[in-house]
Amino acid sequence: MSRIPGKRGRILICAAAVSVILVLAVLYDLTWATYRISFGEVFDVIAGNGTWGNRILVKDNAQRVLTGALVGAGLAACGCVMQALFRNPMASPYILGLSSGASLGAAVGLLFTIPFIPVAVATPILAFVTCLATMFIVYGIAHVGGSSHTETLLLTGIAVSAMMSAVVSFLTFIAGDKMEDIVFWGMGSLERAEWADIAVITPMVAAGIAVMACYSKSLNAIMIGDSHAMDLGIEVGKTRLILLLASTLVTAAAVAFVGAIGFVGLIIPHIFRIILGPDNRLLLPMSAFGGAAFLILCDYLAHMVTPGYGVLPIGVLTALVGAPYFIYLLRRRRNEVGWS
Amino acid sequence: MVMTLEVRDLEFRYRERPVLDGASLEIGEGEVFGILGPNGCGKTTLLKNLNRNLRPSAGSVIIDGQDVSEMAKKDIAQMVAAVPQANEIRFAFTVREIVAMGRMPFQRYFEGESGFDMQIVDQALKDVGLYDMRDFHINEMSGGERQRVIIARALAQTPKYLLMDEPTNHLDVNMQFEVLDLVHRLSREKGLTVVIVSHDLPMASRYCDRIALINEHKVMCCGTPEEVLTPENMRAVFNVDAELSVDSKTGKHTVLLHGVSY
Repeated sequence: MSRIPGKRGRILICAAAVSVILVLAVLYDLTWATYRISFGEVFDVIAGNGTWGNRILVKDNAQRVLTGALVGAGLAACGCVMQALFRNPMASPYILGLSSGASLGAAVGLLFTIPFIPVAVATPILAFVTCLATMFIVYGIAHVGGSSHTETLLLTGIAVSAMMSAVVSFLTFIAGDKMEDIVFWGMGSLERAEWADIAVITPMVAAGIAVMACYSKSLNAIMIGDSHAMDLGIEVGKTRLILLLASTLVTAAAVAFVGAIGFVGLIIPHIFRIILGPDNRLLLPMSAFGGAAFLILCDYLAHMVTPGYGVLPIGVLTALVGAPYFIYLLRRRRNEVGWS
Repeated sequence: MVMTLEVRDLEFRYRERPVLDGASLEIGEGEVFGILGPNGCGKTTLLKNLNRNLRPSAGSVIIDGQDVSEMAKKDIAQMVAAVPQANEIRFAFTVREIVAMGRMPFQRYFEGESGFDMQIVDQALKDVGLYDMRDFHINEMSGGERQRVIIARALAQTPKYLLMDEPTNHLDVNMQFEVLDLVHRLSREKGLTVVIVSHDLPMASRYCDRIALINEHKVMCCGTPEEVLTPENMRAVFNVDAELSVDSKTGKHTVLLHGVSY
């Protein structure tokens, strides 16, 4: 029984498509500056012979594009891992309330300056701490007896998320002249990313994804059941804890600098799982690259859709695309979601 | 050296409540061994202690002379495979992908399946009669087929011991025979030691060489079906009026269940 095209063929086509889209997305997204430069001009700069002005513009834009790539890759990888860990295709950092949890810490970091510690360091640390707390709250409530029902998981995510958001709103309310900063950041935006931020995001996301990659084979066994995984010699408790920590680290890194960007972690792994099957050894790297490409594309669109008002915060755009997909999942893929 | 699986004075407590209270067993090489008892008697817990999915509060499990509490989980998985209670699998792994997971205890972190691994996988698929369905998706298969896939995955671990938890639960009657016939045959052909946890008296009496009866967190008795499944024991443990008899057509054991014992 062979399907057409064969599995190997689909993997190659998919990898090629993702690479091409990623490269094009990066190049096109680099064209958006304070004013727009042409694709050819971007190409000239990369080839090493652009004008002085364009070189500065492209270098400036690269901060945004690179941040987008890192955040997109990180969130999609997190989604891939969490969907496998919870054995639930609806799981993602945003839907489980992790993003809101990280937002709380980040908001505190943005509002209150801690003496001797730069904001670029304090914010992700605080985000990591609150994100971790949220993770344990949601996991503790929803994961009972070795599995988590979709209903409980989503409801817990919503409830905890609502609580965290309320505290963030409160902080925003008392923020005074920093209010605009927090509001804008809360909508999810790549606009303010700087090289200093990238220097912090890169190791966090890279380390997180590297850890996830080490455990991607174990994750396959966990997807078919905890007892199966144990019978195959995997220390399930330890593996789950390590992967949750890695997911928290990556989510915190993303949220601390660009705000809560939703649905990337939900959609991207899900789409690739439909095309490539559930093997995480393949799905994880593919989701990471796909997530990077998706977020950069969204950033490109975000520059285009509201010409009179500046750049649309990218979180608004991903939600506009992602929420309908979420509803589609609930309606059309009830079986897979475990929604009887 | 005789290969055996030994349980010595095993105690297991769950939040101070005793689930196993000093269980001892010795299971010989190539045996089909049944662990029987009513729901909640601790038989599944006993099974999970055998490959250290659970750690005992006291006592020990010795496999081929080695204490499992001193072995790495991965090393245990190279000797002992298990078929857990049937569960739903939502993700669209192919049959072959699932069976190939049985090779994980033999691989390093980033190592994939070697040609040798895939030979073993394909042999396991042939053993359970699913080779032609190897590219099917597990989430679209029937309960009986899924159970056979999991058995193939366990066989791919090339184990000496196979642990099965309620292998016939939720299966149609013909599938129950098919699964147990398969396991029994594998035990005879490959010298595999099989430990089956069940509460199905007729099936256990038919397929098991020896049976341990678990009651109130202890091993009440252990021996051949004739020794263990006496009317008195079945009345005491299961509260049923029953007798062990021989099926005149097959010449094999079965248990006639007359009804509740008053």
